[in-house]
Amino acid sequence: MNDSLTIAVSKGRIYKDALPLLAHAGIVPKDADPEASRKLILETNLPTIKIVIIRTADVPTFVEYGAADLGIAGKDVLMEYGGEGLYEPLDLEIARCRLMVAGFPSTSSDGCRLRVATKYVTSTRRYYAAQGKQVEIIKLYGSMELAPIVGLADVIVDLVDTGNTLKANGLLPLETIADISSRLIVNKASMKMKHRQVKTLVERMAEAVESARL
Amino acid sequence: MLATVDVEMRISCITVQQNHKPMIDNNRWLLPEGIEELLPPQAEHLERLRRQLLGLFHSWGYELVITPLVEYVGSLLIGRGDDLDLQTYKLTDQLNGRLMGVRADITPQVARIDAHHLKREVPTRLCYVGAVLHTRPEGFSATREPIQVGAELYGYPGIEGDVEVLHLMVETLITTGVENIHIDLGHVGILRGLATEAGLNGEQEAALFEAVQRKAKPDMMVLLAESGLGDKWCSLFMALVDLYGDETVLTEAQSVLRDAGSQVQGALEELRKVAAEARRRLPLTPLHYDLAELRGYQYKTGIVFAAFVPGHGQELARGGRYDEVGRVYGRARPATGFSTDLKTLIRVSAEEPYETHAILAPYQTDSALQAKIEQLRKAGERVISYLPGQRGDEREQGCDRKIVLREGEWEVVRLEAPNDMR
Repeated sequence: MNDSLTIAVSKGRIYKDALPLLAHAGIVPKDADPEASRKLILETNLPTIKIVIIRTADVPTFVEYGAADLGIAGKDVLMEYGGEGLYEPLDLEIARCRLMVAGFPSTSSDGCRLRVATKYVTSTRRYYAAQGKQVEIIKLYGSMELAPIVGLADVIVDLVDTGNTLKANGLLPLETIADISSRLIVNKASMKMKHRQVKTLVERMAEAVESARL
Repeated sequence: MLATVDVEMRISCITVQQNHKPMIDNNRWLLPEGIEELLPPQAEHLERLRRQLLGLFHSWGYELVITPLVEYVGSLLIGRGDDLDLQTYKLTDQLNGRLMGVRADITPQVARIDAHHLKREVPTRLCYVGAVLHTRPEGFSATREPIQVGAELYGYPGIEGDVEVLHLMVETLITTGVENIHIDLGHVGILRGLATEAGLNGEQEAALFEAVQRKAKPDMMVLLAESGLGDKWCSLFMALVDLYGDETVLTEAQSVLRDAGSQVQGALEELRKVAAEARRRLPLTPLHYDLAELRGYQYKTGIVFAAFVPGHGQELARGGRYDEVGRVYGRARPATGFSTDLKTLIRVSAEEPYETHAILAPYQTDSALQAKIEQLRKAGERVISYLPGQRGDEREQGCDRKIVLREGEWEVVRLEAPNDMR
């Protein structure tokens, strides 16, 4: 029986914030910095555990299809992906930010359909639909803040951390859609067939989250 | 209209520039997403498996039924959740304007056959195999046209029926060459019972069950806090999600769920019995338990199970008890069954696609040769006629033997190995 575990993590803030939690579970990557080494598969101090470095939006796909047993993904990504095919047993309480509507202080749609620029198309549609509003969604991949300035959209929906990028472009956070943090996600088959390793790992990481909170 | 033409022209200009030669529209062979064709070795493999499985079901006393490809949505979707509705292609019956659906699941059709047409009092065992069509790809193979194969046992409420079906599911996978099968067992009555005893309303139950299916404890905590349930129930729901793993969880569950009410106790007792019986009948198959498993809870009523194999991130086959389904067809009958997808099975199967051995026959009007060919074909050999003036030799035609005339007799001889031909 294959006892190894593969954990999918995206590089950048999530990776950095996850390191102490993984360390508490006894997992330390050999190459500390994936940005510098450019490696996509990181060996760890434990021969049975590997970390794969992928783009954050790809983490649920890797885990759902079992290419990775576990993964760390932002709630924003999971809301957008739709998580029925995955287990998400633990809020890691890292990489915290908020999914928000932002725009100019005087934004109003004047009875017309509100035009919303975002890369979170599903979450945005669901948010406005829950309010009974039909909006026009413009899918963008980056530099969201530009959209209201150049008149492409009335408002944007994006992750807001410090709010500095918004401020620098003259925009204000208007409404909070959801509080975001990273979740530990687990492949359904792995959770069953490798339940011993997975259960231990989830418990240890839960402890780490608990002690980080204090 | 004009705008479209303009865009198309611009696109074709770009294509010309990039490829330095005009692109001709030759994509007519392209199939819709998730629709595939099986080529000779795989098609042969699948067909052999199909026959083997029907043989297996036959030997267990399961009678084959062939259900229609399309029928009115009224009977196709009755008693099932919205998921199946979304998965079903709809079309209008040109004869009367009624809405028809292309079957996305054969199980409800078989349930109708049992409840409405057969009306037997004895336990009825039925099996089926056929293509179904899904509007959206589901699962690992990403196909929208799985070949669903399964078996159902109607008219017997006891766990012995569930164990039989579970056993047959494992035999099915073994027959198809799937190795290292793990079984996951659960019982939807545990969570259902808990929700009833706790007094959750339908909306709360749906929201909570959705979070339980993801084992999303953070989301469950929010929902439970909103529901206003007492601490006892909240901690029971939270504890349930962690009751997965090997058989120790059954013992653990006994103490964790001891105050959870009689419905939960009953479900747990059933699960324990099925587990004991499954261990006896399938001693080599690892069994796992997940007490919060809700696979298909909209219509399942009892034991649920699924098969997994290492290296394949999703379940291969699934089944369980769904006692209420026949009611909408006029007769509620106890029912338990399983189903799987043949296309997925041939991908996971460790068996090599079958290699064919054929005999090449020369093209001659000799009746003795004709008799020889017929005799060989009757004996199960594959005999291919070498057509006059055709291209390619015996090997290219896929043969390993040929018929030659030796001392006035037609005889089969092995082709020399390619090395000796120099």
